[in-house]
Amino acid sequence: MTYFLQNLVNALQWGSFYALIALGYSMVYSILMLFNFAHGDIFMVGAYIGFGVASALVAFNSLGLVVLPGWLLLVLTILVSMLLTSFVGMLVERIGYRPLRDAPRASAAITGLMIGIILETGNLALLGAQRVRLPTMIQSVTYDLGGVFITNKKIMIVLVSLGLMLTLHQFVRRTKWGMAMRAMAYDYAVVPLMGVPLNKIAAMTFAIGSALAAAAGILYGVAYPVLDPYMGIVFGWKAFVAAILGGRGSIMGACLAGFLLGFIEIFVTMVFPSTLRDLIAYGIIMLILVFRPHGFFGEAYSARLRL
Amino acid sequence: MLLQVQNLRVSYDGIRALHGVDFNIDAGEIVTIIGANGAGKSTTLRAISHLVQVEPGSRITMEGRDLLKLPADQVVSRLGISHVPEGRRLFGNLTVLENLQLATFARHDSAAVKKDLKRVFATFERLAERKDQKAGTLSGGEQQMLAVGRALMSGRRLMLLDEPSMGLSPLLMSRVFESLKEINREGTTILLVEQNARMALKFAQRGYLLENGEIVRHGPTERLLNDPEVKKAYLGG
Ligand SMILES: Nc1ncnc2c1ncn2[C@@H]1O[C@H](COP(=O)(O)OP(=O)(O)OP(=O)(O)O)[C@@H](O)[C@H]1O
Ligand SMILES: [Mg+2]
Repeated sequence: MTYFLQNLVNALQWGSFYALIALGYSMVYSILMLFNFAHGDIFMVGAYIGFGVASALVAFNSLGLVVLPGWLLLVLTILVSMLLTSFVGMLVERIGYRPLRDAPRASAAITGLMIGIILETGNLALLGAQRVRLPTMIQSVTYDLGGVFITNKKIMIVLVSLGLMLTLHQFVRRTKWGMAMRAMAYDYAVVPLMGVPLNKIAAMTFAIGSALAAAAGILYGVAYPVLDPYMGIVFGWKAFVAAILGGRGSIMGACLAGFLLGFIEIFVTMVFPSTLRDLIAYGIIMLILVFRPHGFFGEAYSARLRL
Repeated sequence: MLLQVQNLRVSYDGIRALHGVDFNIDAGEIVTIIGANGAGKSTTLRAISHLVQVEPGSRITMEGRDLLKLPADQVVSRLGISHVPEGRRLFGNLTVLENLQLATFARHDSAAVKKDLKRVFATFERLAERKDQKAGTLSGGEQQMLAVGRALMSGRRLMLLDEPSMGLSPLLMSRVFESLKEINREGTTILLVEQNARMALKFAQRGYLLENGEIVRHGPTERLLNDPEVKKAYLGG
């Protein structure tokens, strides 16, 4: 039982990473009907920006220019990196996708893959091949809850992720920008008739998705500090799977599927050798998709109209 | 002159739907464009709202300003042109209230927005009762009311109406048209597109007759109502 609970905590942590990244895929898909295949690399860029911001803050701190507690450094790192990465996302939309708004979807997909390669190799060119470490900002504390060992980092990662998801949910439900996003998901073509600038909403959606991916990147770095330029590839594909599993365009679905992915992966390794983890885990997901091709909350968006 | 359309040409996939349409609307008027199925009525409205691309040489100006140079959302937010599109095109996943609120996205005059919302609910009481219901679950008539209400919220200078009578019972239809008359009295100019030519000509002050993408007749509506050709082709003899 303690073994189970121990793994449950790990599953929640991994699920948080997948869910946060999957949200970006899902939101962009729901309003523009395209999968941003550069999104995994935005996660990587976010982690690296986090590395830069954290290193700067830690340096200032040790020089005595600012004196901040570690947790505040981390909060600042997350917020500043989310902001900076959102600009990267907007740039990708502006340069990569906006010119292709009415092009066949395959062109957009190929563009996404190419942007991903540019981001990876751009990072290599900029920082070289050696890996970097996210500076330690908070010390690890382990709590023993009746045999289940939980670190403060794990708790923080799960809580911050859930907080971000709830914030996004409220934003989409309650604000006029969120309302515009929902309207675009339903009937893109008539949204301008409401006086809503489509391009701004599209840019905003990329910005939000990228900011969430950056948060995931830094949280990942807190748990596993070594970063490398290709870290976004596997994460990107897995989060994409979560977005599909959740139902294309569903925010709730993307979160749930992200966590489910974490659970399946972790619990497969409880039973099988870890080398078989992905093979079995994604075999299970394929089976689910065979029976629910639209995912959990997917509507068949076939009624989508264009003028 | 409020709106001036000159030499408007639109093609769909290389097939021309409008062959150089000219018309104009004065402030405060109710103008109608009538014509048979496929004549190009909806296309004309879509061109004004930038929902379709126009061909080079087309000109549309609103109070002398080149409308075609503005992005689509600013045609609504800056020029005050609202459009009730063919088939209503409500956001079925949003509530009635949200549909109305979204139409005020670019408006910052929150006091006036509140007043407009009150008036929409006063005109269409059914909408007030159902304001938290998803638009997709409304009856056809209620949806049409919401489509008109939404246009009232987004812009009040010029309203483009594409077959607002579609699917309405005679009673509701007269309600909708009554409220449109009132909206017009309060200063909103109306361009109405209708298949129901008799009703449109009775409602409007001036009319244009569109045939195969060309204006073939225009004038005061009394004259069109008594025109033997119009009578024969559009008013059932
Ligand atoms: N999206 C489109 N793609 C291709 N052709 C189109 C499209 N929309 C309209 N057309 C064509 O353009 C012409 C004019 O269509 P339009 O919708 O403007 O007619 P209308 O006068 O509004 O007809 P109705 O009274 O039936 O609504 C028609 O021949 C139609 O087939
Ligand atoms: Mg039509």
